[in-house]
Amino acid sequence: MNTAIGTIDWIPVAPFIALSVLGFLIMIIGLFFPRIYRETLGTITLVGLAVTFFLILQNWGEPRYAFANTIVGDKFSTVFNGLFVVGAALTILLSLNSQENRYLLYADYFTVIVFATAGMVLMSAGTHLLTIFLGLETLSIALYVLAGFRRENAFSLESAFKYFLLGAFASGFLLYGIALIYGATGSADIQEVTRWIQQNSLTGSLMLPIGFLLLFVGLGFKLAIFPFHMWAPDVYQGAPTPISAFMATGSKAAAFAALLRVALSTQSYTAIAWEQVLWVIAVATMTIGNIIALRQDNIKRMLAYSSIAHAGYILIGFIANNELGHSGMLFYLLSYTFMNIGAFGVISYLSTAEHEFVTLGDVRGLAYRRPFAAIAMAVFMFSLAGIPPTAGFISKFYIFSAAVKAGYVWLVILGVINSMISLYYYLGVVVQMFMSAVEEKAPATATQQPAVALALVVSMFAVLGLGIFPSRWLAVFMEMARSFI
Amino acid sequence: MPLTYYLVLGAILFSLGVLGVLTRRNAIIIFLSIELMLNAVNLTFVALSNHVQNLDGQVFVFFVMIVAAAEVAVGLALIVAIFRLKETVYVDEINLMKW
Repeated sequence: MNTAIGTIDWIPVAPFIALSVLGFLIMIIGLFFPRIYRETLGTITLVGLAVTFFLILQNWGEPRYAFANTIVGDKFSTVFNGLFVVGAALTILLSLNSQENRYLLYADYFTVIVFATAGMVLMSAGTHLLTIFLGLETLSIALYVLAGFRRENAFSLESAFKYFLLGAFASGFLLYGIALIYGATGSADIQEVTRWIQQNSLTGSLMLPIGFLLLFVGLGFKLAIFPFHMWAPDVYQGAPTPISAFMATGSKAAAFAALLRVALSTQSYTAIAWEQVLWVIAVATMTIGNIIALRQDNIKRMLAYSSIAHAGYILIGFIANNELGHSGMLFYLLSYTFMNIGAFGVISYLSTAEHEFVTLGDVRGLAYRRPFAAIAMAVFMFSLAGIPPTAGFISKFYIFSAAVKAGYVWLVILGVINSMISLYYYLGVVVQMFMSAVEEKAPATATQQPAVALALVVSMFAVLGLGIFPSRWLAVFMEMARSFI
Repeated sequence: MPLTYYLVLGAILFSLGVLGVLTRRNAIIIFLSIELMLNAVNLTFVALSNHVQNLDGQVFVFFVMIVAAAEVAVGLALIVAIFRLKETVYVDEINLMKW
C-alpha cells in the first residue's frame, strides 16, 4: 500500500464527500431548529442531492483512482451513482406525505437516507474489497434504522429486527470471503487480485474459490435471490412504505453494482464456470418470487415477492455475460427504480395516519374515487408485468435477447413463462381498481399531497419515456459496458 | 506454529457462530454468535496478514471492529425497542408476519 500522501484526485470521492456533508448538515439543522418544517428539510436534502448528482456526472470518462486505488470514478460508477441519487430523491419526495408519515417528522430520517445513499455510492465506486465492505455496511446499518423508524409500530420494529439479524449474519459471510481472497492473493485490492488470478490459476488453491463463493453469498443476501430471499417479504411489508421502495430499488442496485464490479473485473465468474449454478439460482428466484406473489393479499408483500422475481430476471443479464447483458441489467435497474418506487408511491399517496392502503380490498374501485392514483398504479403494474410500451417491456426484451445471443435459450423460455405468470397478480391489482365497485365503508384516502404526486408524475414519465425512447439510454449503458470489459 | 492452525481455529469459531445463529432462539445470543463470526474473521485476517507479509489484513481488522461497534449500537437499540413493545426477545415469538 502506498503510504505517501501526494496530491489527491478529489473528483472520484466528491460525490461521497458531498453526501456525507449533506447528512451532517441536515442533522445539525435538525438539532438547532427542532421545529423546522419537514418540507424545508426535504427541500434542502433534494438540493443537496442535485449538487451530488452534478458531482457524479463529472466522473464520466476514463477511470480516475483516488486514495491508494480504493475508490474510482469511471463510467460504471457514474451510471450507478446517478441511479442511486435519483432513487434517493424520489424516496424523499414519497416521504413528504403530509398525512401518513407523522413518525417521519425528524431530521434524522433524511440524514439516514442520505447516509444510506453514501454507502451505495461507496459500493459502486469501490475498487478495494475494504471500500465495498464499508459501503455495504454503511448502507445496511442505515437501512436497519430506517426499516424500524415507526418505533411504536410492531410490524416496523419486527421488520427492522429481522433485517438486522439476517443482514449482520450475511455480512459475516461476506467478510470471511474477503479474508480468504486476501489470504490467497495477498491483497484485497480488486486490481491486485485480478493480476494475481491472471498470473496464477483461480482454482489452484482452494481458498480463492471458497472466498469468492462466500463473497457472493454475502451479496446474495442483499440482492434477495434464492435461497437468501426469506427476509425480503417481511422486511418490505413492515418497513415504512417509502423505505420499502428505497430498499427494493437502491440497495438491490448497489448490491448488483458490487457484484458486477467484483465478478467482471476479476473474471472469477467465468473462470469457475458458475453459469450452471447461477442458471439454477436465477430460475428458482424468478419462479419462487412469482408463484408466492400470486397468493398475496397485501400489495407491499406482493411487491416484495415481485422484487425477488425481478432480481431473478436481472440475473439473466448477468449470466448472459455480454455487452448487451450488462447494459440490459443497467437499463433494467433504472426502469425498475422508477416503476417500483412508483408502485410503492401510490400506496404512500393514498395512505392516511389511520389507514394504510395496502390490501387488494383497499384499492377496490379506486379508479372511481381517485382516478389519477389508479391510472398511475396501472402504468406501474403494466410496466412491472412487462407490457409494451412501458420500460418494463424494453428491459426484459434487452435482457432476454442478450441471453439468447449468449445461447441460453431455455433460460429465456423459463423467464418468459415466469413473466406470464406474473401478469396474473399485476393485472389483479388493475382489475380490482377498475372493474369492481367501491366498498360501502371504504376508509378515506389522503388528499393534498403535492410532493408524492410529483414523484408519481416523474416516475410515470420516466417509465413511459424509457419504454418509448430507449435507444439513447441504451447507448449510454452500452458505452459503460464496453468501457468495463 | 503453522498458519493452518490459525485458519482451522478461525473456521471452527466461524462455524460455531453460524451454528449459534441458526439454532438459538434468544436474540441476544444470536447477536453474540454473529459477533463470534466477525471475530473469527478477524483472527483469520491477522493470521493471513502475517502469512502474506503485509499489513492490509490488520488494517481490515480495525475496520471490522468499527463496523461491529456500529452494528452493536443499532442492534441493541432495536432489541431494546422490541422488548419494550412485546416483552420478549425470543425470535420465535416475534412473528407477526408470515407467508
